[in-house]
Amino acid sequence: MNEINFITIIIAFYLRKPLGLEKTPNRWRSLFTSIMAAAVALIVIDVVSEGFNLLLMVSTFALIGTLIFMVFKYSEFHFRKNLIFALLPLIGTKAISHLAELINHTWYIRWVTYFETAEFFAFIWAIAMWILNRRQAKALEKEQQKAIIKEREYQIAAKVKDELEIQVAERTKEITKQKEELEAALEVLRSTQDQLIQSEKMASLGELTAGIAHEIQNPLNFVNNFSEVSNELIQEIKEELSKAPAERDQELIAEIFSDVADNLSKIAYHGKRADTIVKGMLQHSRTSSGVKELTDINELADEYLRLAYHGLRAKDKTFNADFQTDFDDLLPKVEVISQDFGRVLLNLVNNAFYAVNEKKLKLKSDNSAEEYKPFVKITTRRNRNKIQIKVEDNGMGMPESVKQKIFQPFFTTKPTGQGTGLGMSLSYDIVKSHGGDIQVQSEDGKGTQILIELPT
Amino acid sequence: MTKILIVDDERDVETLFRQKFRKEVRNGDLELAFAFSGDEALRILSEDEPPEVVYVFSDINMPGMTGLELLKKVKDKFPNINVSMISAYGDTENYQKAMSSGAKEFFTKPIDFDSLKREIVGLITKK
Repeated sequence: MNEINFITIIIAFYLRKPLGLEKTPNRWRSLFTSIMAAAVALIVIDVVSEGFNLLLMVSTFALIGTLIFMVFKYSEFHFRKNLIFALLPLIGTKAISHLAELINHTWYIRWVTYFETAEFFAFIWAIAMWILNRRQAKALEKEQQKAIIKEREYQIAAKVKDELEIQVAERTKEITKQKEELEAALEVLRSTQDQLIQSEKMASLGELTAGIAHEIQNPLNFVNNFSEVSNELIQEIKEELSKAPAERDQELIAEIFSDVADNLSKIAYHGKRADTIVKGMLQHSRTSSGVKELTDINELADEYLRLAYHGLRAKDKTFNADFQTDFDDLLPKVEVISQDFGRVLLNLVNNAFYAVNEKKLKLKSDNSAEEYKPFVKITTRRNRNKIQIKVEDNGMGMPESVKQKIFQPFFTTKPTGQGTGLGMSLSYDIVKSHGGDIQVQSEDGKGTQILIELPT
Repeated sequence: MTKILIVDDERDVETLFRQKFRKEVRNGDLELAFAFSGDEALRILSEDEPPEVVYVFSDINMPGMTGLELLKKVKDKFPNINVSMISAYGDTENYQKAMSSGAKEFFTKPIDFDSLKREIVGLITKK
């Protein structure tokens, strides 16, 4: 009978033990401990008591039956089914032989060899199953080890990943900061550029002021003179009309009337001229409207040529240069932002006058005998679907090294404080933004030609 | 008949002078000639030998040859011709340059025709 109790102890022991990743919940463990204790108690009772005890037998089978029932009933013990399968034949044969012995002892004794053989095979079965199970358990344990190693590797990888993520986050933060700093720097540069452009504009306006004053003074003089002389003419007519009709010089009266009419239209003309100049000056100082409008390039070129000439003239009394215009009368109007384009022309003309003046001063300081006539010319032509504007001078010209740099911002050959170095670079940008092209031809010491082409 | 030459790059100056001196021209006391650049003025002066022009009034501020350069050339070639300057820039520098180069008078723009007329009438009567 004790074999069954030993088996009970073994099953209870194994049920307490974890198998692979499976673990027995705590609440069951104490139960199994109690079962083991009960089995031990039954063994002790069996050893102590003599002869057959029915109660002991029923208790023994109830105890093991409970365990087997539990293993099949509760899913958490399904993993121990193998153990039960291994021991079940043994338990079964034991139970049957005990039962048989109890019911018919004589019959049992007769067949005892068969019972013992069955028990033996059941025992062999249990051993074989036990070995098999152990092997499986070992394999399972290996799997478990592998799983643990994998888990560890996974944790290391996760840790590395976390560290990397932290590093990436730090880098990202750094880069974002740098990006923001760069953006801020760019913003500063942009506003500085805007300021520089504005100050360049103001500088060129400053250069123009004297020219503008002269250019306004001239038409105003004519307005004053023509109105004054018209008054005198009216006086003459009055005098003539005060004479007796026969003595009146009708021819003179007609002539004077026609003169007065002419004068009035001249007053209007010069008034408008002054008006245009003031408007042009305001336009020049204003921020670009950005609106392209049909513009007469001949008119614009003439206006800025005069402004530049008189501006330089007013600033430097010794300055003088001849200027000429060779305009294509059939030049079509083109769509340009006139303030912007006016600045291009002003800049080119100013540079041309500067170049001829420099050459004049140089010849003078060299005591050169060369007879030099400073000369600036603007030519306009239509060329198929383009218009060409050429500004040429017979000034200093440029060596190749200078020519290559003239469109670079801040590049200037003028002494410090005299040029911003932005004129040509702005001109370049403006011409390009009009879909045009600007080219430079220059011969060192001989003169320069700037050619602008604009689409019509 | 007194012939004077007025040099100015502004063409409307001619109209102005012709109206201002209408009477003198009609009376045959005065003849007016006009040039619109220094070069043209020298050409006109060289047309007759000796030149009919006795007096040159010249603007200073002209493209190409300035009035001051013209003054020197006229004084060089024709020392007997009077030259007076008419300039919008009435500064001392221009004035002194003009005077030291032999200018007779220095008129500022806008032209004070009364003083100009006095000068010209004086010229006519002197003759």
